[in-house]
Amino acid sequence: MRLVSCSIASGFCKRLTAALLTVTTLARLSVAWAEDWGVGAANAKLMPNNVFAPAATPASVTAHLAYFVLGVTGAIFLVVGGLLAYAIVRYRWRPGDDDREPPQVYGSNPIELAWTTLPVLIVFVLILITGRTIYTVEAAPQPPDALQVRVIGHQWWWEFRYPSLGIVTANELHVPVSDPAHPRPTFLTLESADVAHSFWVPRLAGKTDVIPNRRNRMWIDPHQAGTYLGQCGEFCGSEHALMLIRVVAQPPAQFAQWVAAQQRPALRDPATAAGRELFLHTACVNCHTVRGTPAAGRFGPDLTHLMSRATIGAGAALNSPAHLQVWVDNPATIKPDVLMPAMNLSPADLNQVVAYLASLR
Amino acid sequence: MAGSLETALALEQEEVGLPRLERVHQWVVTVDHKRLGLMYIGAGLLFFVVAGLQAATMRMQLALPDNHLVPPAVFNRLLTMHGTTMVFLVGMPILTGFFNYLVPLMIGARDMAFPRLNAFGFWLWFFGALLLYFSYLGADGLYGAGSAPDVGWFAYAPLTERAFSRGNSTDYWILSIFLTSVGSTATAINIIATTISLRCEGMTLNKLPVMVWLALVTAFLMLVALPPLSAAQVMLLLDRYMGAHFFDTQAGGSALLWQHFFWIFGHPEVYILVLPAFGFASEIIPVFSRKVIFGYQVMVAASVAIGFISLGVWAHHMFAVGMSPAGNAFFVTSTMLVAVPTGIKIFNWLATIWGGKLRFRVPMLFCLGFLFQFLIAGLTGVILAVAPFDWQLTDTYFVVAHFHYVLVGAILFMIFAAIYYWFPKATGRMLSERLGRWHFWLLLIGFHLTFDPLHLAGLYGMPRRIYIYQPGRGLELFNLIASLGVAFQAAAVLLFIINVVRSLLVGAAAGDDPWDAWTLEWTTSSPPPEYNFAQPPMVKSRRPLWDLKHPDDPDWSYE
Repeated sequence: MRLVSCSIASGFCKRLTAALLTVTTLARLSVAWAEDWGVGAANAKLMPNNVFAPAATPASVTAHLAYFVLGVTGAIFLVVGGLLAYAIVRYRWRPGDDDREPPQVYGSNPIELAWTTLPVLIVFVLILITGRTIYTVEAAPQPPDALQVRVIGHQWWWEFRYPSLGIVTANELHVPVSDPAHPRPTFLTLESADVAHSFWVPRLAGKTDVIPNRRNRMWIDPHQAGTYLGQCGEFCGSEHALMLIRVVAQPPAQFAQWVAAQQRPALRDPATAAGRELFLHTACVNCHTVRGTPAAGRFGPDLTHLMSRATIGAGAALNSPAHLQVWVDNPATIKPDVLMPAMNLSPADLNQVVAYLASLR
Repeated sequence: MAGSLETALALEQEEVGLPRLERVHQWVVTVDHKRLGLMYIGAGLLFFVVAGLQAATMRMQLALPDNHLVPPAVFNRLLTMHGTTMVFLVGMPILTGFFNYLVPLMIGARDMAFPRLNAFGFWLWFFGALLLYFSYLGADGLYGAGSAPDVGWFAYAPLTERAFSRGNSTDYWILSIFLTSVGSTATAINIIATTISLRCEGMTLNKLPVMVWLALVTAFLMLVALPPLSAAQVMLLLDRYMGAHFFDTQAGGSALLWQHFFWIFGHPEVYILVLPAFGFASEIIPVFSRKVIFGYQVMVAASVAIGFISLGVWAHHMFAVGMSPAGNAFFVTSTMLVAVPTGIKIFNWLATIWGGKLRFRVPMLFCLGFLFQFLIAGLTGVILAVAPFDWQLTDTYFVVAHFHYVLVGAILFMIFAAIYYWFPKATGRMLSERLGRWHFWLLLIGFHLTFDPLHLAGLYGMPRRIYIYQPGRGLELFNLIASLGVAFQAAAVLLFIINVVRSLLVGAAAGDDPWDAWTLEWTTSSPPPEYNFAQPPMVKSRRPLWDLKHPDDPDWSYE
């Protein structure tokens, strides 16, 4: 008897705690209202990711195909919709009409045949043109000097590994500009560490799903330097909305510089040695790698060159020491259901760890 | 009519002789196809309001960028419950409810072939539906694991495995869908048996009303498409509780296997929902155009063709999963082929209107809205069938807009058309034309405000199922307009509810045949007696009442 009442009481306590937690979370969220962590202004500087503003071959052949299909379907809409509108106006019942029923027309074989044949022909053309584009994109030959990148989807961030270059980074994919005279496409191998995701940067290419236990392939060849925004395209759990991608296309020389910088081990600034010690002695190292230190976790993003990235939290916030401070203290402030826990550091420790992270250029 | 007097007497007995509890009890134990049909429709409308409120909450969250009205976990539950409810607890029951009510009446039968199976199917569905909503109370099996399911209505593996979905919420989803599917399978068997074996004298398959043909095709699709879904649910349950590894990728299972199972059900499901709408349109448009349906046999053949082709198009939901070029090209071809019979149907409705004398009563208004919206939905469907363009558009708001054009713009509009059209038959009272017109126009405006801009949001890179979007990406305006449209739609639905309640209390008497229509259900009284027809009817053509009203120019002399 007592046992039962105990468990009821503890159940009640748990629910009360949960309710209180919800209230505090809501209060915190309302404080965060309209705080966009700097991303709004950053996004505004980029071109909108309109699928009709392609900047790479897969996206541009798709856009051309899309114009054709929109033209055909638009014409069909105008003709059929026009006939429909005409019929509705022309054959409406008017006051003063007699009550006699209109002539009953049961059907007409020639007419039926005509409007069966015509759609068949249109569909036939669409199928052929679509087939050609499918092969252009999917069966494109891979040049020997193409850059190879492994893309690994995680809940809720992207890992990019360049096996031939020995680079590991996160959420921001750097690739060389591929100019038509010297094409240097980037071929991506897509893998997942947990659930299904989808890699989608609209201005570069359509989506390819990132499915666990499966290796998918896709390729991009940005024609102009710039940053292209994308995001996960397959529902992958709580924070699916904040799993953004930035593809940074750089001219070959700049790309080579970036590669050289990324290949170096982490910077070791004596000014942040205390923060480094703290970092290495907390749970940070279970999930994060900083090359050149004992930190070798694989669950979260590689932090070796954290400050070379424009954003944190897979695009949830602009990367700055101030935002890092909020993030390390409690990442849920920026990204509510992120898998990284609040680190519960004292204010002094927090400052030191953030100072160390901010030194990882 | 012969039935009227007897019904009046029967009703009187029921009203006067029985206490209230006894009357409720009669509804619970009933095996009458009309009562079961009305119970399906009533329960479906109830869930429609619930899922509509869920949608409204999501639109409020998405009205502004970077909004924090609801947290991500709650948003994901809302989108899962909205989708699951609208498909399994709104679309399916309302449409099978109409079939239940109308098929026996339209073929001159006294009930469905298996009345008790019919009741069994309803209650199985109903308790399955309650189970889904019980998850809000009972799914918190693990502390902090959450309540309602949050894996999306197509619940892609391995998000549904225990590693990623703790607690019991996904189990409620599995069991609920399993039960409602078994209930729907029972209904499908019943519809097929009824149509095949209970037609009245003279009603050959060639004289079946078009709606009954579509009920038959729909029922066959249900029979073929639901078992794979049920099988997949059992496999998922085995994964979660018995350590099976069908979809458990961490143990070598296949995430794609689930997608195949789901869409082998999921695409025919779209036609299971839209074919009944075609059926309603094929009955209502002729009556208000005052013309016989154009090209009956082609219309039926097109429906059957859609049914068959729809079984071979499922992987167009999976163009982005990395299929081979040949695989993609196959599903492009099969999907595009559906456009041909679908086009034929639109042309035939157009030809039915052509040369008619159109009466713009409320059911007809909804039909005309349906024609335009379904035309657009079909064309955006062709656009999505173009695999490379689909790689851009799949899982974006373009797809959301496309299928809401089908589900709301076509199917919901036709459900309202059917309610306005057959309400007088089922209740003996007319719905108000005035309120009905307000209902129609508000819904039309709200629908277009909400779903037209969402096509553009998709083209601007907005994925579906995101609880938040960042400012500065050009998505603000589309989303704000879409959210404003919700207010119009909500007002429309409110007016509809008022209209129904008002009509039930003080609506004008309908009489047996208020629309001057031509099919058998209008020969009996409104509402029909329990046995439907005092004498089994006999028909000589597809429009028995036309023959009766125009003895000088009967249909059977042409057919």
